[in-house]
Amino acid sequence: MTVAKDVTVTEDLLRIEGLTKTYDGAVRAVDNVSLTVSKGEIFALLGSSGCGKSTLLRMLAGFETPTSGKIYLSGQDITDLPPYQRPINMMFQSYALFPHLNVWDNVAFGLRRDGMAKDELTERVESQLKLVQLTKFAKRKPHQLSGGQQQRVALARSLAKRPKLLLLDEPLGALDKKLRESTQFELVNIIEEVGVTCVMVTHDQEEAMTMASRIAVMSEGYFLQIGTPDEVYETPNSRLVADFIGNVNIFEGEVVEDEPDHVTIRCPECLHYVGHGITGTAGMEVGVALRPEKIQLSQAQPDKPHNWCAGVVTDIAYFGSHTTYHLKLDSGMVLKVQQANLRRNCDQDLTWGDRTFAHWRRDVMVVLTQ
Amino acid sequence: MKNLFGKSWLVMVYVFLYIPIVTLVVYSFNASPLVTVWTEFTFKWYAALAHDEEVIAGLILSLKVALLSGLLSVVFGTLTAFALVRYGRFRGSTFLASMANAPLVMPEVIVGLSLLLMLVSIQRWLGFPERGLITILLGHALVGTAYAAVVVMARLREFDTRLEEAAMDLGCKPLQVFTLVTLPLIAPSLLSAFLLTFTLSFDDVVLSAFLSGPGATTLPIVIFSRARLGLSPSINAVAAMTIAVVSVAVIASSIYQARAERRRQREMSEAYAQGG
Amino acid sequence: MIVKLLPRLRRSCTGSRLVIGLPMIWLFLLAAAPLLIVLNYSLAEMDVASVNSLWQWADQALTVKLNFSNYLFLSEDPLYFKTYLSSLKYAAITTLWCLLLGYPFAYFMARSPAHLRPLLLMLVMLPFWTSFLLRIYAWKTLLTGNGLVNNSLMALGLIDAPLHMMNTPFSLTIGMVYAYLPFMILPLYANLVKLDLSLLEAAADLGASPWKTFWLVTVPLSRRGIIAGSLLVFIPAVGEYVIPELLGGPDTLMIGRVLWDEFFSNNDWPMASAVTVVMILLILVPMALFNKYHDDTVGEKV
Repeated sequence: MTVAKDVTVTEDLLRIEGLTKTYDGAVRAVDNVSLTVSKGEIFALLGSSGCGKSTLLRMLAGFETPTSGKIYLSGQDITDLPPYQRPINMMFQSYALFPHLNVWDNVAFGLRRDGMAKDELTERVESQLKLVQLTKFAKRKPHQLSGGQQQRVALARSLAKRPKLLLLDEPLGALDKKLRESTQFELVNIIEEVGVTCVMVTHDQEEAMTMASRIAVMSEGYFLQIGTPDEVYETPNSRLVADFIGNVNIFEGEVVEDEPDHVTIRCPECLHYVGHGITGTAGMEVGVALRPEKIQLSQAQPDKPHNWCAGVVTDIAYFGSHTTYHLKLDSGMVLKVQQANLRRNCDQDLTWGDRTFAHWRRDVMVVLTQ
Repeated sequence: MKNLFGKSWLVMVYVFLYIPIVTLVVYSFNASPLVTVWTEFTFKWYAALAHDEEVIAGLILSLKVALLSGLLSVVFGTLTAFALVRYGRFRGSTFLASMANAPLVMPEVIVGLSLLLMLVSIQRWLGFPERGLITILLGHALVGTAYAAVVVMARLREFDTRLEEAAMDLGCKPLQVFTLVTLPLIAPSLLSAFLLTFTLSFDDVVLSAFLSGPGATTLPIVIFSRARLGLSPSINAVAAMTIAVVSVAVIASSIYQARAERRRQREMSEAYAQGG
Repeated sequence: MIVKLLPRLRRSCTGSRLVIGLPMIWLFLLAAAPLLIVLNYSLAEMDVASVNSLWQWADQALTVKLNFSNYLFLSEDPLYFKTYLSSLKYAAITTLWCLLLGYPFAYFMARSPAHLRPLLLMLVMLPFWTSFLLRIYAWKTLLTGNGLVNNSLMALGLIDAPLHMMNTPFSLTIGMVYAYLPFMILPLYANLVKLDLSLLEAAADLGASPWKTFWLVTVPLSRRGIIAGSLLVFIPAVGEYVIPELLGGPDTLMIGRVLWDEFFSNNDWPMASAVTVVMILLILVPMALFNKYHDDTVGEKV
């Protein structure tokens, strides 16, 4: 006869409830956040410095104690567990490889603390080194390795104990641009191959959007929005989020028509016709977010009443693959437009001082009530 | 022009620093008992040392005290360093810092006198310690603690604590963190601290004089009493031997350090060149 | 701002209690308590001196007998006053000379090619590691009537009869400067070697001559080193005993010798204690300054 166990069976690997961290009774580094991460996800905490993402990560690792709130890992309350008792491992931004140990001993370090048997340990370390392609460097010390190699050792070390949760602290922060791109894919491949659930922290939107399956945009200790990269980029829930990720133009205006299948919003610059309904009423003040790459430029005035405006080119920035134009509209607002350079020399189509028209489709805008 | 001025200044000061040392060694080979009047070259003063019981006894005692003092100083100096660097401001931290700094500059006569008075009081109260090796040791260990603390604190301040976090993350309990990660990485500075405090103890005159007792005469005290009376070639001989030992040790360690540093730099630039 | 790098360690009370408590007890017993006892003794009478001699508990009343005779004697006898003054004077002179000789030395050492610096540093440290006592003794051999200096000067024909250099203020000063020079050079060097050369380049770019750059940029930036080095020399020099004893003479009054004589020759412990207390008061301000400016980069150089 078995006694029913009082355990909440859940698919969520990580569950955070109302986690708060206050310093000196006044500064709230992390403000009552809650979150769930499913098994196998790569979850990114995205925010600029000081937003609290690193503090949150450190609380997950166990280096900071929460002022209030709970952390559950596979249903078990780990809030008060010290770091060396949590089945969580972290890859540090600076790698934190032990300088007095070689690569092999660095990777084996955690396994030795568990008292793993010698044969099993050797096998595990070797498979880890093979995973990151550093088998030949096993006897080297960290200072004999390049930055990229050091990172791979750090990764191998953090995965060696097969943790339930892997924490990444600005994983690409220390690498230069070229290396960053190739490492991004490599890193995700390895993580997915191993199948470990991952929470990463970054201030780089590109890093978050390419690597993560879900992102939490964080500011001043709390989450602004949680969603897939696509959701966060294309349907931001507030001006803050819209502005934080990528570039955006935000028009301020008033809802003129509010129908189930469309809304019209009057702004000083133009009339927006948004092709879907919103929860709101006529007369409401809203913002309309429009991404620069969704706008097209034309010499002739568009033949429609909505979704276009006219302006003078005040700035052109050539990026090689695309060009960004700043258009000063009649209302004074500066519109950012981004065009892919589909042909060579198409940056010569427009120049400073030209008057031109910008237009966009009815399904590319996001209406913001916050 | 500036280079010439700079170089000559350096040389001048070096000459100033080394002439006394060189003369000590040179005159130790002088046969005349009037140390400074050169007669002929001889080894006799060195031979005489072998029979000089006072010197030998003093040497043995000095070595014992220096060794123990070095150990005590490193232990307490390291504890002090950790307390001051890792625990920030705690109740009494300024007090601890001042007490750890004071022996660095306080004139030795003050330290010697005060310590002696206290130890005498304790002796009257508890019946121990007798003035002798233990009392000298305590005095040296006090000053040594201050110096050791300085050395270890310098190292701790540049220590990357994330290494300790990484160790905890990988499963080390706090004590293991210390023994497996912190200690190996600060070991060189502990060694420096030991050598420094050993030398200070071995060299010390004033504290030893205040705190010694019957039968506990350190080598510096022997030398000092002879030096007060006048010049003596036996001192030159002792001096020359000390200088020889110290020079060899210092030069050897410098060469070793320089080599290790060069090798390390080479390895780092090779790794960087390989990239990836 | 509290540096709390390992908050988990703070939780483990026994761990942190030990790390803080042990050195506290050790240093209190050996550094702080003795000073209190010295104070105690200084207020006692010579023949009945002991820790308890001041305090008496009788009839449920605690009487404290403070004997200020030692201090009165100190203030009345002009010799003591002159000696304190003289000690301060010699310490100041020593500090000045060390600064004059040591600053350019440290400067040129810091500006020399990087691969030479370890060697130069080692050559400065070598005398430091060699016995201090022996090196002072060496000056005795150099400065006596038929010592090396006199012999060389006479051989060169610069003088006819030997100069009387031993046991004079001159020999004392040379000895003091010689002994304390490394203590001035090391903090200065540690400070100067960290000097950002681009600051000097910026000054030149803005039109300052090398001389002006030195006084307007280098010297102010090395202020910490100057203060640390000067205090590291001045404070112990005030109470120096060995050098005045071996190289000084009857003209050179130093308080360290007075203390020694009171203690060892006269066996007057309370008097020696009183002398000590006044000496401590004299160096209290410099010591507080030292605490403030104490640059522990000196520890790295060792």
